[in-house]
Amino acid sequence: MAHDTGHNESATKRIWSVFGILSIVTIAEVILGIIRPEFLIETMFLRMRLLNWIFIILTLYKAYLITWAFMHMEHEAKGLRRAVVWTGIFLVCYLIFILLTEGDYIFGVYHNEYQSWDF
Amino acid sequence: MDATAVRTGTEGKTWGGDSHPLKASYGKMMMWFFILSDALTFSAFLAAYGFSRFKYMDEWPIADEVFTHFPFLHGVDAPMYYVALMTFILIFSSVTMVLAVDAGHRMKKSSVIWYMFFTIIGGIIFVGSQAWEWANFISGEYGAVETKAGRILQFVNAEGEQVALESFAVDLPTERVMLTKSDALWYESDATLPDFYLEEIVEGFKANPDLLIRTELLNESNEKTILSRAESLERLERDAIGVVQGANLIHNEYGPPLFADFFFFITGFHGFHVLSGVIINIIIFINVILGTYERRGNYEMVEKVGLYWHFVDLVWVFVFTFFYLV
Repeated sequence: MAHDTGHNESATKRIWSVFGILSIVTIAEVILGIIRPEFLIETMFLRMRLLNWIFIILTLYKAYLITWAFMHMEHEAKGLRRAVVWTGIFLVCYLIFILLTEGDYIFGVYHNEYQSWDF
Repeated sequence: MDATAVRTGTEGKTWGGDSHPLKASYGKMMMWFFILSDALTFSAFLAAYGFSRFKYMDEWPIADEVFTHFPFLHGVDAPMYYVALMTFILIFSSVTMVLAVDAGHRMKKSSVIWYMFFTIIGGIIFVGSQAWEWANFISGEYGAVETKAGRILQFVNAEGEQVALESFAVDLPTERVMLTKSDALWYESDATLPDFYLEEIVEGFKANPDLLIRTELLNESNEKTILSRAESLERLERDAIGVVQGANLIHNEYGPPLFADFFFFITGFHGFHVLSGVIINIIIFINVILGTYERRGNYEMVEKVGLYWHFVDLVWVFVFTFFYLV
């Protein structure tokens, strides 16, 4: 929105710098995914491997950059930004919470052999 | 007009109408809310994937062992490289899209044309790559045996490397042929027969003493469990009911069929978004060439289609993480 002639140079520069960050993050993810460092796999944090936490946090960072810089969310009015972002984040967190809890419960049912799963 | 206009006495007040609290045009605002609802759809798919994965927590396939192909590098084990390249292509097409939007703000028609052109090319390459991934996944690599309970038994050599069925299956005489619609009744036909029969696999397995069976179960260090020779033979004789090669919606040589179902569904739905994004991009591209937005005085349509395109990229970032990395 706020693109007058004075902002052109910096707008283009920002696009390329964001692209640079996205590329570095993606390369880091791929390298970690191929090496899979031992201690990141063995260390558990909140019942999840540290490596998976790193992947998820980097993904959220990439999503933030894409939304804010590429989709120009940073230039939108506060009301629009909150209507879209908060609604989405709240509902997604809720969905993840109920589905993963349920999946974990069913895993327990199979695992404790209340239900035969491998016969 | 003045005579019929209703005067409410609230003109100029916030609630008097004609104010723009979100400071966005109708089209752009609705594109944002469409994206929000679409994001929730994708979240529901990915959360359902998470549900199934938690349910099969100790036997889910390891993505690095499933997606190992790279074009022109046949037989080379290249986990994730190609999908990383695809991610790059999509991110880069997002960059050219945002550059097109930026050029549109400055009313530079020829730059908009070029940037949109590169965006479309990137999108087409990405969809083609996805089709290639599907083809590899469907045709499978090593093949496996399915048990009565629908579990998958894969074959490994003494070094723990997976072994393809054709490398050890023996050739037994058989009279079984595939029933086609033209043979007997027009409404009865067989599913495509696998290249090998279970008996051929079992005999071949017995004849190769260094072969072992790998189950789906993950051990402590996140690797698939390999059975001893005696256990392998017992398991194969007792449980195996059929041969699986590749993956479809019902059978999957890599693990639980749900893995294949979610792979087809989520990457398919995303691929469909990329395809529709490419088509919408082409329409806008033609309009830019025709000078529609030059005459209109603004390039907001490029910005709106750009939002959709970035969203497709955004979804891929998550699909990449949850299907290939985590």
